[in-house]
Amino acid sequence: MLVLEKNALTDEIEKLVLKYGTSRSSLLPILQDIQREHRYISDFAQQEVARLLDIHPVEVNSVISFYAFLNTTPKGKNIVRLCQTISCDFQGKKAVAQAIERELGISFGQTTKDNKITLEYANCLGMCDQGPALLVNDKVYSHLTPEKAVQIISEIK
Amino acid sequence: MEKKMKRKGTVIFSEYTRGEGIKKALQKSREDILLEIRESKLKGRGGAGFPTATKWMLTAAAKSDVKYVICNADEGEPGTFKDRVLLLEYPELVFDGMVIGGYVIGASEGILYLRGEYEYMLKSLEDYLDAMRKDNLLGKNIAGKKGFDFDIKIRLGAGAYVCGEETALIESLEGHRGEARNRPPFPVNRGFLHKPTTVNNVETFASVSHIVVKGGQWYAKHGTDKSSGSKLFSISGDCEKPGVYELPWGTKISELLELVGAKDTKAVQVGGASGTCIPKSQFDRILGYEDAATGGSIMIFNESRNMLHVLKNFMEFFVEESCGQCTPCRIGNTKLLEGVEMIENGTYTFGYINKLKDLGKTMQVASKCGLGQSSPNSFISILENFKDEIFNGNGGVHGK
Ligand SMILES: Cc1cc2nc3c(=O)[nH]c(=O)nc-3n(C[C@H](O)[C@H](O)[C@H](O)COP(=O)(O)O)c2cc1C
Ligand code: SF4
Ligand code: FES
Repeated sequence: MLVLEKNALTDEIEKLVLKYGTSRSSLLPILQDIQREHRYISDFAQQEVARLLDIHPVEVNSVISFYAFLNTTPKGKNIVRLCQTISCDFQGKKAVAQAIERELGISFGQTTKDNKITLEYANCLGMCDQGPALLVNDKVYSHLTPEKAVQIISEIK
Repeated sequence: MEKKMKRKGTVIFSEYTRGEGIKKALQKSREDILLEIRESKLKGRGGAGFPTATKWMLTAAAKSDVKYVICNADEGEPGTFKDRVLLLEYPELVFDGMVIGGYVIGASEGILYLRGEYEYMLKSLEDYLDAMRKDNLLGKNIAGKKGFDFDIKIRLGAGAYVCGEETALIESLEGHRGEARNRPPFPVNRGFLHKPTTVNNVETFASVSHIVVKGGQWYAKHGTDKSSGSKLFSISGDCEKPGVYELPWGTKISELLELVGAKDTKAVQVGGASGTCIPKSQFDRILGYEDAATGGSIMIFNESRNMLHVLKNFMEFFVEESCGQCTPCRIGNTKLLEGVEMIENGTYTFGYINKLKDLGKTMQVASKCGLGQSSPNSFISILENFKDEIFNGNGGVHGK
């Protein structure tokens, strides 16, 4: 990372700490904002959060590793999460999954070469009455067919 | 947020005007509200079914200047989505219930813990809270009641099912890994930031709002003696009309299947992945704490479905979602999943499967939190109730 980028990131994290406060219970909201902005929480970001909240960097790392929606290595600009739980499974998840994989040329767990999309599975999204369902970042889509899913994926910027 | 359609129901989906419950509550004493809730016999809707009046009484009695009201909107149990409907279509019921909770236990801060997967609701919920502040239903001296200050903030989860367990949820709010705590102490005495805290399900708060307005007796008239009131059921799977239904406790499974247009039903999974699987021969059982209990998840499987596949899907879920803190759950779920795979591949022995069932029973008593205590339920009930089709040498594929 360039020095300038580091400074900018430090500024950004300082602002978050001002917004949420320095108590330990601010840790998750701070990490979630960094994740939203950068799509991952770099080693440097972890160190800075640790320093500003006065906790050990190992602690920060251990918290991040616990949560599926936080990660320490870069992901694509958009995260697509297809529900893999039984109600969606029985409503045609597999065909949807295969259509998306074919279209993007990647498998679940991978990121497209242009870094645009990371493809993942998620557990029940609370849309079981309208499955199969998926999330694109924080937006939810339901009643998927292979065709509709590919359409949604192709509209991701 | 506009309501997509007007739902009709006897209790939860009955008429209610925003702020109604708060205003009514603030004219009464805390004790009177507690009596009303006690009379309603309301039990927690998050799954465990703990009497809400008792929980609130304990939190109210705990000595502390600072207390918290937490609404558990982590809704992660496979097949559950009724909290989604409440939050999107009936936020007034949920938030009013939290304010009433704050008044009763003597808290001035409420937190809604919203699962990360529901981030798409965040904006509408925040807007809703702002509107409440404008109308003095949140903030200082609420609805003109001198000295009663209360506000609500929303915190997002980050994709961990176990954070729905109340002590894991509190850990998560405090900025830690979402690992369940040892109990006692219970959150009512030592919860968020070590302060007395009541954690309740979204639907529990919604029920309280109605109870305060319409009375405990009115509420208790619905349902059965042991399971009062009505319940929201999230119904998915093989049926014509999946969705959220309000039904009185005591409804028979067969009646429910009829209502939602389910045909050729082979099995009904009651209570999600951590619940039990009920075969056709038992469809006259009733939904209620005294029989088939559920936080609301009902998944319907017709004759064409492979029950071993269902079980495998559940066990994969638990292996992924176990927090790994205690051995029975961490190792146990992996072993149970391996067992399912052995059946699938035809490499099992009955001796070993029986050992796994015993392991499941050990997990039910030796695991630290509800996740590991309930994850063997499906394993045990599916293998028992569907043994003929599962152990047919075809990897559970029916009839071939
Ligand atoms: C693994 C696990 C997940 C849970 N998830 C939820 C949940 O998403 N929502 C919920 O209200 N309760 C959930 N619970 C139950 C809570 O621990 C707690 O009993 C409940 O929030 C209390 O509220 P109530 O008394 O209103 O039911 C879960 C329990 C376990 C063991
Ligand atoms: S039972 Fe499972 S989820 Fe609960 S504390 Fe133990 S390992 Fe964690
Ligand atoms: S099973 Fe896919 S949303 Fe619930």
